[in-house]
Amino acid sequence: MRYLPHSPQDRADMLAKIGVGSVDELFADIPADKRLTEPLDLPNQKSELEVTRLLRALSRKNHAAADGPFFIGAGAYRHHVPAAVDHIIQRSEFLTSYTPYQPEVAQGTLQYLFEFQTQVANLTAMEVANASMYDGSTATGEAVLMAHRVTRREKAVLSGGLHPHYRGVVETLSEMSDDALVALDPDPLGTEDILAAIDDETACVVVQSPSFYGQLIDLKPIAKKAHQHGALLVAVFTEVVALGLIEPPGAQGADIVVGEGQSIGNPLTFGGPYVGLFATRQKYVRHMPGRLSGVTVDAAGDRGFVLTLSTREQHIRREKATSNICTNSGLCSLAFTAHMTLLGESGLQALAEANHARACQLADVLSAVPGVEVLNEAFFNEFTVRLPKPAAAIVDALASQGIMAGVPVSRLEPDRPELSDLLVVAATETVTDEHIASFAAALGRAVA
Amino acid sequence: MNEQGRPTRAEPVDAKRETFTGNRALQIEEPLIFEIGRHDVSGVDIDMPQTKGDRLGSHRRSTPIDLPALSEPEAMRHYVRLSQKNYAIDMGIFPLGSCTMKYNPRLNEAVARLPGFSDIHPLQPPASVQGALELIHELGRWLIEITGMHSVAMSPKAGAHGELCGMMAIKAALAAAGEARTKVLVPESAHGTNPATAAALGFTVVHIADRGDGTVAADDVRAALAEHEGEVAAIMLTNPNTCGIFEPDVVAIADAVHAAGGYFYCDGANLNAIMGKAKPGDLGVDAMHINLHKTFSTPHGGGGPGAGPVVLSERLAPFAPLPLVARDGDGYRLVEHSNENGGQSFGRMTAFHGQMGMFVRAYAWMLSHGADGMQQASEDAVLNANYIRAGLEDVMSVSYPAHRAMHEALFDDRFLKESGVSTLDFAKAMIDEGFHPMTVYFPLVVHGAMLIEPTESESRASLDLFVATLRDLVFAAKDGKTERFAEAPRFTPRRRLDETRAARQPVLKWTRPEPYQDAAE
Repeated sequence: MRYLPHSPQDRADMLAKIGVGSVDELFADIPADKRLTEPLDLPNQKSELEVTRLLRALSRKNHAAADGPFFIGAGAYRHHVPAAVDHIIQRSEFLTSYTPYQPEVAQGTLQYLFEFQTQVANLTAMEVANASMYDGSTATGEAVLMAHRVTRREKAVLSGGLHPHYRGVVETLSEMSDDALVALDPDPLGTEDILAAIDDETACVVVQSPSFYGQLIDLKPIAKKAHQHGALLVAVFTEVVALGLIEPPGAQGADIVVGEGQSIGNPLTFGGPYVGLFATRQKYVRHMPGRLSGVTVDAAGDRGFVLTLSTREQHIRREKATSNICTNSGLCSLAFTAHMTLLGESGLQALAEANHARACQLADVLSAVPGVEVLNEAFFNEFTVRLPKPAAAIVDALASQGIMAGVPVSRLEPDRPELSDLLVVAATETVTDEHIASFAAALGRAVA
Repeated sequence: MNEQGRPTRAEPVDAKRETFTGNRALQIEEPLIFEIGRHDVSGVDIDMPQTKGDRLGSHRRSTPIDLPALSEPEAMRHYVRLSQKNYAIDMGIFPLGSCTMKYNPRLNEAVARLPGFSDIHPLQPPASVQGALELIHELGRWLIEITGMHSVAMSPKAGAHGELCGMMAIKAALAAAGEARTKVLVPESAHGTNPATAAALGFTVVHIADRGDGTVAADDVRAALAEHEGEVAAIMLTNPNTCGIFEPDVVAIADAVHAAGGYFYCDGANLNAIMGKAKPGDLGVDAMHINLHKTFSTPHGGGGPGAGPVVLSERLAPFAPLPLVARDGDGYRLVEHSNENGGQSFGRMTAFHGQMGMFVRAYAWMLSHGADGMQQASEDAVLNANYIRAGLEDVMSVSYPAHRAMHEALFDDRFLKESGVSTLDFAKAMIDEGFHPMTVYFPLVVHGAMLIEPTESESRASLDLFVATLRDLVFAAKDGKTERFAEAPRFTPRRRLDETRAARQPVLKWTRPEPYQDAAE
């Protein structure tokens, strides 16, 4: 077995040194009637060549995004990631290190986490960000729990523009902790009256912009109303590239900002691993979940970094911790911070402009297809179209032609027949003129 | 100082830098990107479409972001220099107990990057991702066979998320039975995530002390069940436990908890000790998370991403979270909504289907090892831990000598008594010798704990050097040569770091220094 260094002689010598006759003696604490006597009912070991063959064959049963025109977003976005990023995250010293509990031999990790925190705080216009969460949806769940801690209130109000899966994560947590939840109806146009749902029992109001449907939302009046009632505004995004071009949530009064950071540095990978971004105001930092890297000095007086404020965390506080969370999304946050460092401000803005331009081009072309209506007036790189037929069948028809047309809303909202003709489509910088033309042509045939 | 006397403030040392640059040969000082980056360069060239977009309405950003850039060569140097300040498995033994820092095969990295896995979207039509669904289903089948459980939930994103999943399934099962049980039994040796998870779900934690030999007595569990009769929802027990011991009473404990109407949650962090040797399902476990980043070698990545699938017993299976993958004739389908699955699922835990990138790596590891290789891996992991214990037991303090070590060996600080050297000092001195320290001050049940988990990846030569070095350090401590401990680490990019200061005045973000004011003005 190529990964196991011992020879049979090594094993025999080591057992002799320990003073046992066989390796089974080391397992003597397992009750005798529970020790396995038969091998596991699984195949035996395979060579690297054989494993490669098997997995390559499995991978070929999937349609990769690069195989054709691709317009799926809805919480995960296909972007070009510079080759340098993948090289950086495969450095052994990053890839095969542990959570930096011994800071003197983990300054590399701690410094990039500090850089990541600063980038996220600056992007969102917030005062402090943590070292990342599992993904945007779990970050949203943690944000709601944090709002309960800060306000000591139990009710969360969810906008109908929130990604239905994010809503599902919050619903699960609320149900399990017996907290109250008001989830507004799906809101493709951003016209819901969320202000009316905010009252003196509200812990937080959770609003996504750009919304699941692509609509850009003005957060300022929501923040104002929330603050009048002592509630927090939790601002959510699933497409972090948008922040290169749109007014950041921190400048609109958000108290907690959470989102999905996958777009920067991380491939689609069928939904994970991704990187949850989490930022808040300085005054709430001790309520914040997750790891934090902070500045300190070493014994010689030089600047260094350590994990800090760990008295919030489970390994110190146990049942009194702010969250049960243990890891962050380390390597994905490295991919994010390396890609963001390559982009910089001008690169991020250019990337965002390119995305927005492609989406506007797509919207123009699709709205010229007879029977197809673009619903959103203000959007970034994603929007919703109304089709003259149920969207799910159209998506399947186009997929069979190699075109990934977007996400039918009915897949995420199966109990809402009124939404069954809606399709959420995204266009990133990876889309070409030819892709848009073939999508429009195929859509035209499918709806005719 | 924390409750076990672990110092968190560094004593100042007299350490002059002897170079003009502050660099020390291959150890190169590296500023923050905010100190060296610029706003007038970029390391990425963007293709601009012919037409500009104009549909942002009134939402266009009005303020600068302050994100400096580096060109690609500068960025590469920045991150490579940072990387060189880290210790890593690829450099040497990483004996963190309870963390299972085994070798991360590069084949796994290669196959995870095949476009058919890395470049597929979670919301593509299921017909276009049949290979991905098959892989998830097959990985689940292997996990079920290895653990002897009934079913598996693949979506939890990490070990702690898996704990949450398992305990949510238990809470949902109790609710479905109309029971409102409020207490969870947790041994004092447990990982901090166990009580934190129980508390996050509104349970009250009842602590169970060990019986003095590092293990939990069935009688103590029965006593707690009797004292809180009808109130105990579950026990959260790690097995093998965090002292590195297989719980001898585990079956009796499971029986007692079941008889009292509760469930057995098993923390699966230490599965690496028992693959092919015993199955948690045979021991009465109802739910157990599996850290793919421990037992199945997906990279720890400096603290994530992990992956925490949860195996479930038959009675908890109906309450598993969504989505899940099911066989459908010759193919596979995604079950994304509760009414497609009996309607008892407790709901959704994350946006998509779990950590696919980690699934590919873990599956590649399993295929490579097979049934025979996995059993050999567990045997070698246990062999290595016992070999280290045998090499050190005459000079260090084995906490619980009555039991064999499983895959990790626990020592405490009795051997350092009157030496003036603390567990932390000892760990920092190991760093100077070129080793990452073991887990220190955990578990909490012994004083100044040192928990050593070598994993199966270490050769005998590596173990011999490790043991010899620790013996040298022990003799140095006992000989009163305390300066090599008190001042350690001496050869790292930074000396001992002041955690107290970092927490008292938290600086969590870089801020631009105030503009320089000329004193003459």
